[in-house]
Amino acid sequence: MKKIWILGLAASLLTSMVACTGSSEAPSGSDKPSGGTSGAAEKSSLTVKGSDTMVQLAQVWAEEFKKVHPEIDVQVTGGGSTTGIAALLNKSTDIASASRALKAEEANKAKEAGIEPKEHTVAQDALSIVVNPTNPIKELTLAQLKDIYTGKVKNWKDLGGADMAIVANGRESSSGTYGFFLEHVLNKEPFATEVLTSPATNQIVENVAQDKGGVGYVGLGYVNDKVRAVPIKKDAASPAVHGDAKTVLDGSYSLARPLFVYTAGEATGAAKTFIDWILGADGQAVVEKLGFVPVKK
Amino acid sequence: MNRQRLRLGERAIESAIFAGGVAAIVIVGLIMFFLFREGLPLFGNTSAAGFFFGKKWQPSSEPPQFGLLPNLWGSFLVTLGAAVIAVPLGVGTAVYIRYIAPRRLAGFLKGFVELMGAVPSVAVGFVGAVALSPLIKDFLHLDTGKSAIVGSVLLAFLAIPTITTIAEDAMSMVPKEYFQGSVALGATYWQTIYRVLIPAARPGIVAAIMLGLGRAIGETMVVIMVTGNAGLLPDHGVWHAFTHSVRTITGTIGAEALEVAQGEPHYQALFMLGVVLLLITVAFNSLAVTALGRTRRTART
Repeated sequence: MKKIWILGLAASLLTSMVACTGSSEAPSGSDKPSGGTSGAAEKSSLTVKGSDTMVQLAQVWAEEFKKVHPEIDVQVTGGGSTTGIAALLNKSTDIASASRALKAEEANKAKEAGIEPKEHTVAQDALSIVVNPTNPIKELTLAQLKDIYTGKVKNWKDLGGADMAIVANGRESSSGTYGFFLEHVLNKEPFATEVLTSPATNQIVENVAQDKGGVGYVGLGYVNDKVRAVPIKKDAASPAVHGDAKTVLDGSYSLARPLFVYTAGEATGAAKTFIDWILGADGQAVVEKLGFVPVKK
Repeated sequence: MNRQRLRLGERAIESAIFAGGVAAIVIVGLIMFFLFREGLPLFGNTSAAGFFFGKKWQPSSEPPQFGLLPNLWGSFLVTLGAAVIAVPLGVGTAVYIRYIAPRRLAGFLKGFVELMGAVPSVAVGFVGAVALSPLIKDFLHLDTGKSAIVGSVLLAFLAIPTITTIAEDAMSMVPKEYFQGSVALGATYWQTIYRVLIPAARPGIVAAIMLGLGRAIGETMVVIMVTGNAGLLPDHGVWHAFTHSVRTITGTIGAEALEVAQGEPHYQALFMLGVVLLLITVAFNSLAVTALGRTRRTART
């Protein structure tokens, strides 16, 4: 008799645990206004998940947006572009932010899930190559950059710099910046195993500031006076271009890239209000304030 | 009637405690079950040899590579370094507290060591990344402070409280007669500590070391923050490896687990890493438990 009672208790414990794991797959607490009846007084919340490059940007967007639309609560989390897109596809976020475009396999997965991801270009970025301020290197070509990150070159003197070891810094593989770099600089050749991987962009900046031979790739918004951004040459014959708003807009900087947010299908309701606001003057002013480049001028 | 109610209450409490014990076992069992269930399908996607003997951890290359070796080596190296630092310091502190320090100082030290164990590991990692790593870098003239050796020093800091506290407990279980007998036979105080008391407490000290190192090998946040997470193998000797970056099992899981899509090979590979880590910590803990059991027995006789 006693044993049965205990078994019952253990069983109920088990079921409650299973229930917990089950519910974690359900959409996170986002009560979107259904249909087009988003009255101004109606409270609603939005989740934005994805790119670490864009996480600060999205947070400031959320804060500024709240001043204009106090009825919409925007919650921002990072994790990496890959994470954000995965979350969009399993419906655990309303908006995914990404510092790279959707991959073919992600588009396929979306199709299987019956989702048509809609891409919105919300800002632009100059992927900047930063070195320690004491490093005398003047410029780097894309080919040299590739040699650094594939491990072919291990000393700055082989690139016309000082005689010191190169310490290359990169991001985790879930990062959109990592993906962009892999595709556009390494042409999909694997990173050298010596490359340090940082879970967040500001750790790259911190490492490069500490190490004399350090080099790293970061979004323009993360360049500060602890590190120096190196001008980039498309190839040996072309001019060295400093990555900034002007060279991104006129297309002369080789590592310019768009920053995106994705919605599942056309943006509706609160998500549409938010994205429209981002693309408007106020949202683009935030983009500039954080050191990124507006979509258009 | 009153008596019966009392017995009923007692029985309820007893059963609740029993259920708690059962729940602990069930939960651990479920964790193991899930680790294997999510991890094993990896071998349907890639070969087992590619995982167990793979030398590269590059989940985004084409084809992706999920090599265990750099992760295992990193965890081993960092823990080895931590052991070299933490074992003499931790056991030495225990000996000092138990046998040498004046009573008041011993009490103070004991409290202090326990406080050391209460420092959250993120805080340790942060201090390590910002302060210790540049210091060690400049001292040893390294290219970068994000290296295995910094990880070892910090893990030693985290392991010392466990080692000291448990070793000190083990020493306190050595019967007083051992001390009296040894001194009566004409041994000096130091000889008694070294030849009689420490050997008598040895199984407990071994257990303390195992538990301390088990803590070190399972630590995640600190190693993510200070070891640089580059999956290198010791191609240039052990010292070279110590002064360069490593990638540990825990670091890899901690940095990537939240960022992979469920069910893809990368996700399964992370779960297999979890299985390997679990087996290692189970081995450490079982060694500790057997050793502890032995002290209890020697202490009783």
